[in-house]
Amino acid sequence: MIANYGFGDGSGDWYVTIDTVKCNGCGKCPEVCPTKLLAVGPDEIDPFREEPVAFVKQEDRKKIKYSCAPCRPGYGEEPAPCVGVCEPKAISHSEGWKLQFGSR
Amino acid sequence: MEERVAQEVETQEFWRWPETNWVNPDIDWKKGKVITAGVDVGSVSTQSVVMVDGDFFAYGNTRTGSDSPNSARKGMGFVLEKTDMTIENIDYCIGTGYGRVNVPMAQQSITEISCHARGANFMYGPEVRTVMDMGGQDCKAIHVDDQGKVLNFMMNDKCAAGTGRGMEVFADLIRVPVWEIGARSFKIQKEPPMISSTCVVFAKSEVVGLLESGMPENDIMAAYCSAMAHRIMELLNRLGVKETFVITGGIAKNEGVVKRLEKELGIKTGEPVWNKKEYRDRGYPFDTQLAGAIGAALFGNALLKMGKAKSSRKAYSV
Repeated sequence: MIANYGFGDGSGDWYVTIDTVKCNGCGKCPEVCPTKLLAVGPDEIDPFREEPVAFVKQEDRKKIKYSCAPCRPGYGEEPAPCVGVCEPKAISHSEGWKLQFGSR
Repeated sequence: MEERVAQEVETQEFWRWPETNWVNPDIDWKKGKVITAGVDVGSVSTQSVVMVDGDFFAYGNTRTGSDSPNSARKGMGFVLEKTDMTIENIDYCIGTGYGRVNVPMAQQSITEISCHARGANFMYGPEVRTVMDMGGQDCKAIHVDDQGKVLNFMMNDKCAAGTGRGMEVFADLIRVPVWEIGARSFKIQKEPPMISSTCVVFAKSEVVGLLESGMPENDIMAAYCSAMAHRIMELLNRLGVKETFVITGGIAKNEGVVKRLEKELGIKTGEPVWNKKEYRDRGYPFDTQLAGAIGAALFGNALLKMGKAKSSRKAYSV
């Protein structure tokens, strides 16, 4: 499943996207996330899934606009820490980030 | 301020839709092996569904009060009063919806996204690919597979624009019962331009302006319905629509919004009838608001069968 955490407004889409099929629940992304908004735990969307999966913490979902800011393209390291550390390439960010801040 | 006047002149509340409950006369629950329940405590309405061996047995649809545990108790009581069952006869109860963590009789909570996907799969059939849940305070677009599993979803921000609550506020303002708005929005000469604000509060002041300018009531309803349809479309455009496309939740009952959305999308929505032939033949009531609770009850059934959950009859104590 593709889980989108974020929002879209007039300026574009702002999503942290986690492909739960690819995610192996290794737990590396919560360690590198500067604002600690990622976590690994039981899949709340699919109750039948046995393996843990990465997700954005419930209390941080409405604050992604601000909490993800240090890693926006053009500001932070490239690629973003969570994207870079993810071996199965399960994490990505929406186009809105790149449109507004330019992509390299 | 308005309330004080309303009590003297007229006490009718136009937003208050009727609460319903129903029990299936064809099923004897005492013969059922697994009895599961789903309680969907939404921001506006609470639905409770009881299923016997995965068959639709009873449902209740009530308004959510000011606290979730009591709303859940009230919702469950509303179903059980129709049956001769007690809460202790239920094997497994799953809470879902906005207040899912506060359902006292539930053994587990599952997000409403998975529940709506599974419920829509059960209600409308396995060919459903896109589910649009129009809730009381948010709307979500969900892509599902033929098993009712979520593939992708997108939620709007927590905002009442284009949701059930917005429609209730509008009904109260224009003083037309909320369930009549859909039909009356078509009794117009010409399709009016839509209300330009999507925000409920701004739309409300815009409607007041239109009313004062002498625009007919029905035209204003049409304008509001198309504004709502447009807002839903914006969310759907972001995710994409795959057929068969269905709408669940309270707004699905408002044909004024649904037909205008169909026109904008160029796609017909799935008919609101039971996919199962025997359900259709026996005339089981079809309520689009039930998808979440049905999904929760089905999850309970599946989890028990897989041995991932333990039956907990008599688990509930007040």
